[in-house]
Amino acid sequence: MTADYDVTAEEIEQISGVNPLRCMRCGRCSATCPAYDEMEYHPHQFVAMVERGEIDKLMESQSIYKCMSCMACIERCPRQVKPARLIEAIRLAVVRKQGGNHLCPDDVPALYDPDLPQQALVSAYRKFTK
Amino acid sequence: MVYSYFPGCTLKNKARDLDLYGRRAAQALGVTLEEIPEWQCCGGVYPMNEDEIAVRLSSVRALNYAKENGGTLVTICSACHNVIKQVNNDMAADGTISTHANNYLKQDGIEYHGEAREIHYLELLRDEIGYDKVRAAVKNPLKGRKIGAYYGCLLLRPSNVMKMDDAEHPTIMEDLIEAMGAEKVVYAMRNECCGGYQTLEDKEVPAKRARMILENAKDNGADTVITACPLCYYNLKKQAEAEGVRVVYFTELLAQALGVKDENESAAAGDGDGAPACKCPMAAKEETK
Repeated sequence: MTADYDVTAEEIEQISGVNPLRCMRCGRCSATCPAYDEMEYHPHQFVAMVERGEIDKLMESQSIYKCMSCMACIERCPRQVKPARLIEAIRLAVVRKQGGNHLCPDDVPALYDPDLPQQALVSAYRKFTK
Repeated sequence: MVYSYFPGCTLKNKARDLDLYGRRAAQALGVTLEEIPEWQCCGGVYPMNEDEIAVRLSSVRALNYAKENGGTLVTICSACHNVIKQVNNDMAADGTISTHANNYLKQDGIEYHGEAREIHYLELLRDEIGYDKVRAAVKNPLKGRKIGAYYGCLLLRPSNVMKMDDAEHPTIMEDLIEAMGAEKVVYAMRNECCGGYQTLEDKEVPAKRARMILENAKDNGADTVITACPLCYYNLKKQAEAEGVRVVYFTELLAQALGVKDENESAAAGDGDGAPACKCPMAAKEETK
């Protein structure tokens, strides 16, 4: 994939409402993240990489689909940085592109389980599509 | 007492028990939950970013209805509660979101700035009805049951908006457990995520999380874990048998304690914990699988 997304760190900061400069690098967000093991880049790295403007790397990573939106990093950050909002902003920048949806209706039958609550499908659609 | 009530998509389908027993228990406590007309799905997850306006509108419409009908909106599903409460806060405190949302809703004749109050059923029990009254109404105390509350994420976080309880040391469900005559079991994983909607893509992630949660509850002596979230219920239930812990909706246990749960219903549905309460053709078909 070519690294040409035309999305700037400023745009990510604007739509997320997050200022990465507030971060003091304590790592508590990653320590408390239930998706840590599944992620290539961890919540504290999202903050540092947005600060450095490394948006393309994050947009190309599967890490943006691993967040469970549990808000533990938001709750437990001593500096109110809200890393989950950054992850969400980067995921949105990807899925909002033409053909950028991570989940397609055709994928659902294979993933479906008769016990699955509607809430799971609704939430996944909200997170993974535009 | 009559309250406007937002059931949400899942309580009309896979989580009928959560809804049915919630309404019955409320009735037994002198409260009527009046389902608001033409409600729309909350979206399941709160849109965290500032520029997502359209996805907030269903919550605003429900809140606006409540504003004009008693002033309070009750939810039972953790996800609906989380989304609607956070959107309510946006409408009251975030001028940009509120302005954009109201611009959309002008055509519906709606102008809303966070005037309604959104409360979860647990808050209805604790703050409106009162646990003393709940305790007094218990007909079948759950004596000898050791019950762990599973809060998950959505009831408590972010605590500065949700304001239900202390996000790290909550007591609202434990106090209910005691009011129902059971013994509370406090365990560390009660407010850690079950894996949520990741279950759609990768079953192993929530399986691992659910095993950790249930093992932790069991290690601390719990025979049962209660939840208010259909997705937590689904993820935990998948591991419940292997872990030897029962997973039940909190409203079902409450209805049982208040003596308004039809025991034939539970007999017909196996252990009764969480099996479809409504015998519609679809539910019957699933049961035979």
